[in-house]
Amino acid sequence: MKIGIYPGCSLNGSARDYNESVFAIAKVFDIELVQIPDWNCCGATAAHNLNKELSLALPARILALAEQNGLDEVLVPCAACYSRLVVTQHELKVEPEIKNRIKKVIELDYRGTTKILNVIEWLDKYIIPGIEEKLVLPFKHKVACYYGCLLVRPNKVLNYDRSEDPQTMDEVMRKIGADPIYFPYKTECCGAGFSVSRTDIVSKLSGKIIEDAEHRGAEFMIVACPMCHSNLDMRRPDINQYFKTKFTLPILFVTQALGLAVGLSPKEVGLQRHFVPVNIDS
Amino acid sequence: MARIGVFICHCGENISATVDCGRVAETIGKLKHVAYSTEYKYMCSDPGQTLIKDAIKEYKLTGIVVSACSPRMHEPTFRKAAAEAGLNPYLCEMANLREHCSWVHEKNDMTTEKAIDIVRILVEKVKINNALLPIKVPVTKTALVIGGGIAGIQSALDIANTGHKVILVERSPSIGGHMSQLSETFPTLDCSQCILTPRMVEVAQHPNITLYTYSEVESLDGFIGNFTVKIRKKARSIDEKDCTGCGLCTTKCPQKKIPNEFEEGMGFRPAIYTPFPQAVPNKPVIDREHCTYYIKGKCKVCEIVCPTKAIRFDQPDQILEIQIGAIVIATGFDIKRTDFFPEYGFGKYKDVIDGLQFERLASASGPTGGAILRPSDGVVPKNIVFVACAGSRDPAKGIAYCSKICCMYTAKHAMLYKHKVHEGKAHVFYMDIRSAGKNYDEFVRRAIEEDYVNYIRGRVSTIYECDGKLIVKGVDTLLGAQPLEIVADMVVLATAGVANSGAEELAQKLHVSYDSHKFFAEAHPKLKPVETNTAGIFLAGACQNPKDIPDSVSQASGAAVKVAALFSQNELTREPLVAFVNRCSPPLYSTCVGCFLCQSVCPYQAIEREEFKNRDGKTIKTVAKINEGLCQGCGTCVALCRSKSIDLHGYTNNQMYTEVMALLNVY
Repeated sequence: MKIGIYPGCSLNGSARDYNESVFAIAKVFDIELVQIPDWNCCGATAAHNLNKELSLALPARILALAEQNGLDEVLVPCAACYSRLVVTQHELKVEPEIKNRIKKVIELDYRGTTKILNVIEWLDKYIIPGIEEKLVLPFKHKVACYYGCLLVRPNKVLNYDRSEDPQTMDEVMRKIGADPIYFPYKTECCGAGFSVSRTDIVSKLSGKIIEDAEHRGAEFMIVACPMCHSNLDMRRPDINQYFKTKFTLPILFVTQALGLAVGLSPKEVGLQRHFVPVNIDS
Repeated sequence: MARIGVFICHCGENISATVDCGRVAETIGKLKHVAYSTEYKYMCSDPGQTLIKDAIKEYKLTGIVVSACSPRMHEPTFRKAAAEAGLNPYLCEMANLREHCSWVHEKNDMTTEKAIDIVRILVEKVKINNALLPIKVPVTKTALVIGGGIAGIQSALDIANTGHKVILVERSPSIGGHMSQLSETFPTLDCSQCILTPRMVEVAQHPNITLYTYSEVESLDGFIGNFTVKIRKKARSIDEKDCTGCGLCTTKCPQKKIPNEFEEGMGFRPAIYTPFPQAVPNKPVIDREHCTYYIKGKCKVCEIVCPTKAIRFDQPDQILEIQIGAIVIATGFDIKRTDFFPEYGFGKYKDVIDGLQFERLASASGPTGGAILRPSDGVVPKNIVFVACAGSRDPAKGIAYCSKICCMYTAKHAMLYKHKVHEGKAHVFYMDIRSAGKNYDEFVRRAIEEDYVNYIRGRVSTIYECDGKLIVKGVDTLLGAQPLEIVADMVVLATAGVANSGAEELAQKLHVSYDSHKFFAEAHPKLKPVETNTAGIFLAGACQNPKDIPDSVSQASGAAVKVAALFSQNELTREPLVAFVNRCSPPLYSTCVGCFLCQSVCPYQAIEREEFKNRDGKTIKTVAKINEGLCQGCGTCVALCRSKSIDLHGYTNNQMYTEVMALLNVY
């Protein structure tokens, strides 16, 4: 089976472990992930703050290229890229006038037929149905599923899961033997793009998320967004300094936890790349 | 020879801003048979009407066209003016220049041309209008009040006190409504039960009121003054005549763990129960869904213990058919429950409750005997948070309106809490404090200044549990939008007031319009707030929109006066714009062939059979006949009649044809 994948900037950079685990799982389940040829930046936070047309044109080009290459379904592991692509598809659908203008800008035909999958949807559709026979090491741990802001929002556009109290990731984790805890911080802000400019804010916000998860006895926090991961993992020294404590809670991508459960080695899912050491008996 | 008068109204600037009224009047004035054509700023005003009356007399007009607004509001005004000048009112037509032209088009020549066309076709129509006489129908002087809350009770008592009969229908086993659940009432803090229960008793004892509780309206037929209502009297499973209301059955019933609706789920009741001790009537009812006998086929403990042998397990529902003349809808409201709020936990936190649940906690007759104890463990909450506007004024939640009562009852709740838990802390999150009303703002100030309730202007983003406490995260917008966390023992959500369950279904049964929120719609938002668009049906209380007790009671009395005014007449006059089957001389009698297809399509059952007999009493011919009392003039029968024997007064085929031909410039 062939599915398109849009890696965006982070999966080739700060979230290589995410990338590795996604591809490793796909291999286990015989899914060929095809990178969209000549893909470009999704626009990230910058484009839609500066120029609406640009913020629509960039993702539209990506989707147009997917169409051109016959990729009906595209997996977008990064929650921020996913949000940009999905919002663009929605806006161009409801506003045909803008669609026609964007088509001229990107000099490509655009129909808007691509099915965009976030990582949970992808797992749900292609991995979970066959999980039982591949499950060799059930992930028997208490986990805090952290969805962040973009994975399930905006509700009106996505119509996927419930934005205030999402459950889909919890369900996936249950399927691999984990025990998702009651976690009210699951959609609180991690500090997002302040990662670079205001690390103090990130320290405070991300620290609170970790504090609550540790307090409730979570052994791992599960995420599906490179930005959340870097704030919660890479910024851990800043967080610990800010809170004057030593939080040790490891942060795993959902695909890493799933990869371990189907018997992949820690190295195959990129655990060695984490800043917070992951001690897992396997 | 027809002599038509045309009166072009400016409607202030509503019409004249886009239509050149002078040119319309001038052009129309040149038409054949138009004897007089003029314009005026406000045709509906007294000088405007005088102008019409004078013109009718002076120019001996045989028909007039008032070109103004929608006929809905002012057709009666102008027809009355015509009648006062000696012209049959149905020789007055209205051209709707406002809604059909000036409001929907820009100012230009084409708009004026269209206005001229609209007036022109009505000039042609009115030339062939017939003088019609109003239809007289009798009035059944019995009123139906639907809903036994405070609005229904007030309406029923007021109507009954004018000497007319009232049927009061309530779907639950007792009258009293939400008001009977309340602890104290704002802004005086007098006990709700103490002011309500005497009125409930008055209803039960009033000689003019027939009370049907545990009953629902099944269907409604007829029209103003002459409705026929079918009421389903649900089986109470007891004989109300034999039952003395001793209550022995309710204490002996082995099934005791049914969530109590009256206590908003915070207590339990048996399967045979009276909703609350002051219930009217004070007779129990068997909840067949939960009763062991109906589920398993055995038990009958209540039958064994009943000293008067009043239990009737096999009692069927009864359908009563009653003639009534007017209806007051007073079906009240409901509130959104806590499970409506995902951000506040989807109703899964036991100590996050809604306003009605707090009322029961604070009530002396409630599950805690009036002590404020949190539901999860019965501990007195030391820190309590009230969230106003939970759902209301939140388009994202689908409820854009203000529920109106929450600001006041939240202040009352905070106050009651402080009066009972002196050392406790009460916080109120609010958007705005809307306390317009007599002594209302003073009441809120008292909560803040005398009872030290901490009012925080801002909304609550989320509530979650941590170590047995509720963490309320919000923002204080008066302190520079500072995020705020309060560790609370209990949270009360002032959830949005919504239409009562079943409101939509009832509205459809009664043919009354309702809005997108399922609240019943008034005939005019300002000038007819008590009437519905269906003649003879009136509104009282919160079934129209969320209202507090004083507003509900005022409107209920207003509705009662409307009913009394209707009942002050022995006969009603109806618009004669009804269908008729033609009649001609024998031996034909009518072109109607008696196929009665019309009968099968008439939505109002207004078509009857008429037989023509010879001297021997033998039927020669059977033809259709319209019951003028029932006909609503919809015209369906006219369209369907294969022999063109039916026509509609005021809108005859010929008149419609004339209008179309006028538009095509045939004349």
